Amino acid sequence: MFNSIASAGRRALPNQWDLIAFAAILAILTAIAKSYHGISAPLPAPSESPISLDYWQLPYYALRTTLRMFAALVASLIFTFTYATLAAKSRRAEMILIPVLDILQSVPILGFLSFTVTFFLNLFPGNTMGAELAAIFAIFTSQAWNMAFSFYQSLRTVPRDLDEVARGFRLSGWQKFWQLEAPFAMPGLIWNTMMSMSGGWFFVVAAEAITVGDTTIALPGVGSYIAKANDAGDWSAIGAAVLTMGIVILLYDQLLFRPIVAWAAKFRVELSVSEDVESSWVLNLIKRTHWLRLGSAPVLAALRSISLWSVRFPTILRAQKTSEQPSRLLDAIWILIVIAVAAWAAWLTISYIATELSWDEVGRVFVLTFYTLLRVIVLMLLATLVWVPISVWIGLRPRWAEAVQPIAQFLAAFPVNLLFGAAVSLVLAYNLNTNIWLSFLIVFGTQWYIVFNTIGGAAAFPNDLREAAANFRIRGWRWWTQVMIPAIAPYYLTGAITASGGSWNASIVAEYVKWKDHTVVAQGVGSYIAEATEKGDFPRIVLGVAMMSLFVTLFNRLFWRQLYAYAERRLRL
Amino acid sequence: MLDTAITTILDVDKVSQVFSTGSGEARAPVLSDVSMRMRTGEIVALLGRSGSGKSTLLRIISGLTRPTEGTVKIEGEPVDGPAKEVAMVFQSFALFPWLDVLDNVEIGPRSNGVPLDETRKRALKAIDTIGLDGFESAYPKELSGGMRQRVGFARALVMQPKILLMDEPFSALDVLTAETLRTDLLDLWQEGRMPIKAILMVTHNIEEAVLMADRILVLSSNPGRIASEIPVTIPHPRDRLDPGFRDLVEKIYALMTQRPDPTKPATREAAAAVGLGLALPRVSTNSLAGMLEEIAAPPYDGKADLPHLADSLQLEIDELFPLGETLQLLRLAEFEEGDIKLTPLGRRFVDMDVDQRKKALGDQVLAHVPLASHIKRVLDERPTHRAPATRFREELEDYMSEDYAERTLRAIINLGRYGELFAYDENSQTFSYENPQ
Repeated sequence: MFNSIASAGRRALPNQWDLIAFAAILAILTAIAKSYHGISAPLPAPSESPISLDYWQLPYYALRTTLRMFAALVASLIFTFTYATLAAKSRRAEMILIPVLDILQSVPILGFLSFTVTFFLNLFPGNTMGAELAAIFAIFTSQAWNMAFSFYQSLRTVPRDLDEVARGFRLSGWQKFWQLEAPFAMPGLIWNTMMSMSGGWFFVVAAEAITVGDTTIALPGVGSYIAKANDAGDWSAIGAAVLTMGIVILLYDQLLFRPIVAWAAKFRVELSVSEDVESSWVLNLIKRTHWLRLGSAPVLAALRSISLWSVRFPTILRAQKTSEQPSRLLDAIWILIVIAVAAWAAWLTISYIATELSWDEVGRVFVLTFYTLLRVIVLMLLATLVWVPISVWIGLRPRWAEAVQPIAQFLAAFPVNLLFGAAVSLVLAYNLNTNIWLSFLIVFGTQWYIVFNTIGGAAAFPNDLREAAANFRIRGWRWWTQVMIPAIAPYYLTGAITASGGSWNASIVAEYVKWKDHTVVAQGVGSYIAEATEKGDFPRIVLGVAMMSLFVTLFNRLFWRQLYAYAERRLRL
Repeated sequence: MLDTAITTILDVDKVSQVFSTGSGEARAPVLSDVSMRMRTGEIVALLGRSGSGKSTLLRIISGLTRPTEGTVKIEGEPVDGPAKEVAMVFQSFALFPWLDVLDNVEIGPRSNGVPLDETRKRALKAIDTIGLDGFESAYPKELSGGMRQRVGFARALVMQPKILLMDEPFSALDVLTAETLRTDLLDLWQEGRMPIKAILMVTHNIEEAVLMADRILVLSSNPGRIASEIPVTIPHPRDRLDPGFRDLVEKIYALMTQRPDPTKPATREAAAAVGLGLALPRVSTNSLAGMLEEIAAPPYDGKADLPHLADSLQLEIDELFPLGETLQLLRLAEFEEGDIKLTPLGRRFVDMDVDQRKKALGDQVLAHVPLASHIKRVLDERPTHRAPATRFREELEDYMSEDYAERTLRAIINLGRYGELFAYDENSQTFSYENPQ
């Protein structure tokens, strides 16, 4: 009985652990919301926004925003190293941590923004520090989960023989972590860090300028600048913001990520020298400098010595998964504690919602969430129909693929808020149905994940299979269904899952659009949450977010996961 | 008494290993009641096929795996956790790809608190001994397989172990490279240039065992146990063409293909091995047919000497024995004193066309593999004529480990498909009679 609980964690269908994780997360939010009500300290009154639309302010704003993003990145890395390591090393921790992470990864983080903002503002009342931390935390929540997941998965798949070498040489936990586990996880972690950085922009824009009830925050930054430009209806300011973002992304890509990727190529565990070698002019520059290398040598040697300290992790972390039989009694007690806490948490959440809201409201939100679900499905379908053929065409042409793939990755960073002006103007000018036409906004930022993953899949399509298809004159419909679509499916699905998750998040922004003094709304749970956030109506936010999380989790588990598992099993070349 | 205490460097006493499944249930043992000893100055080879538990035994001796039962002592000290007195060389080399050669060699001593200058001295000496001078700053990716394995040796030697453990160290290398490394290692050993007292190697290569070892322990499979012990007294350097060498190789081939002695009382395992508990190796039907054709053709004309056949087909015993045993099981060929001989049916099989071959093989499978007739009976009995694979997998796991059960199931699916006995759908994991019409 308990063993079935313990081993179910890695199956695709939702299980009891998900429910527990779910309840735990919602309970924490409720607790924060309650503390907000409990602390009656007056929040700063909405004052004149300090943001200026002057172009010359943009470099400074860009710097502030970038610093925020990197602060969040550092926090994400620390989180990754601790959380994922704990999950990979301790069986009992793993039972809780991984379902929690899984839920966190798929729920719409943007909906939680109002909670975190109030929480941090209450930590530092009347101080911008609170607002800064709130923004950093929001970015952190968009970056950390997939990084932690990637790291956890790497830790679980360390090659057996290398693990035996490390154990045979009696490396301590600390030594093994730095000599084997962290290096092995490096390529995956770096790739996910880059994706996280891209995804973070969406949250920067949402978190730098936010109104929760009576509190309005506008931190100096590109996000606030965009928000202000939207308020003022200033087209050229929007253009300037786009340009600034582009430059910032290019800078950190060239100065930071490219060199790291090129350097990290050595951590890949493969027996042959790979054909395409990543290169970076910055890394080459660093490698060629004499002084820098001389100066860094003692630092590197010191780091190496630190990595070889023979600190032993506490026994709880070293619990071996293989040799000894775990104590069933302890397991049972542990599971009972977890279930009790989860039940209490669920009760807390429900009773909190129930104090102010009726069942009718729940029913209404259910319908609204269904609208948004419909929107996500239809738009994902449309994006797929449009982009897959184009991406395949590009992917089969190596030169094009090489040029277009990074551009698509680059475009994925741009938040949908930049399109608000265009959307509102069009809707008003042609008197369009907002329920239909605003829908397009939710895939604006996320469609690129489909594009660059599909391009990657088509580019990796083996040449002999292409030649075989041509030789047997497989064309048209048959070529798509029997040759190309199966071949790109695992890649496409990777992109589509990311895009789908992102679209749910985007709905909170894209269903409730403001430009100058016009507000355009589409019926859906996204606009429900956005409106409730603006009013500071916490029970409604909790209800909306909970309902959306439920839908997203079920949608992921019952649809995307199944498809992905099938593709991995049957279609991976 | 005192004498044995000094010369016995390794004492493995009644070691058994049972891997439990995820649900904690004990399964068929991998190793059963294995006892062995090693003396100082000895090279011992553990010879067995894949799945005989020889690698598991090596890991138990090194302390990487804890045995379910029994004890291991090195120089009288019980092994409890990774042992300081041993160092292992891996089949896959197992080098850290992000460290260069020098760092790979130094990582052991540095992690164990040996001072930096002492580490460097020892590492350079090991690198020099093993012939890696000039490659200190190369990364494993840049090296050929042979050079990589030399790093593997240097990395083990620098730990100054008492016993060097080698897990099929040459099997991932090409023939020429493997031979060079073997002779280099033997030279170092003979000249006493390695700071080690004994070598224990795992191999599935009979000639390699005879070439290098002072004593060969042959392990039987499912469960692994020591079947026989063969001392090798041929003086070094040994010559593969020497008649004494050939005789010994021949003898070991005969020993390893011997049928169980019918006069001995049947054990539980022996009883299982004739029913559902018969573990099948995964072999390709093309290879089966190819081997029959090879034996039927000149120069063998129906009866082939196993070492010669292994040579001419370029097959290791790991591939040769499963093929031969499957042929023997299906009564298409039989082992005889280190030879393999076609049966009358085997001779006829060679001349058949494809459809006849499929029919003949199908009939033989049904007649001689209890699992096949069992699956067919279940399909016949069920009104839907369908049965899930899990059903049979669980039945098999009563007799053998999970790996063996999976391999056996795969093998029967393959044979059943070829003989058109039943169909198997991979997506739904079910057996049926439905083939696409």
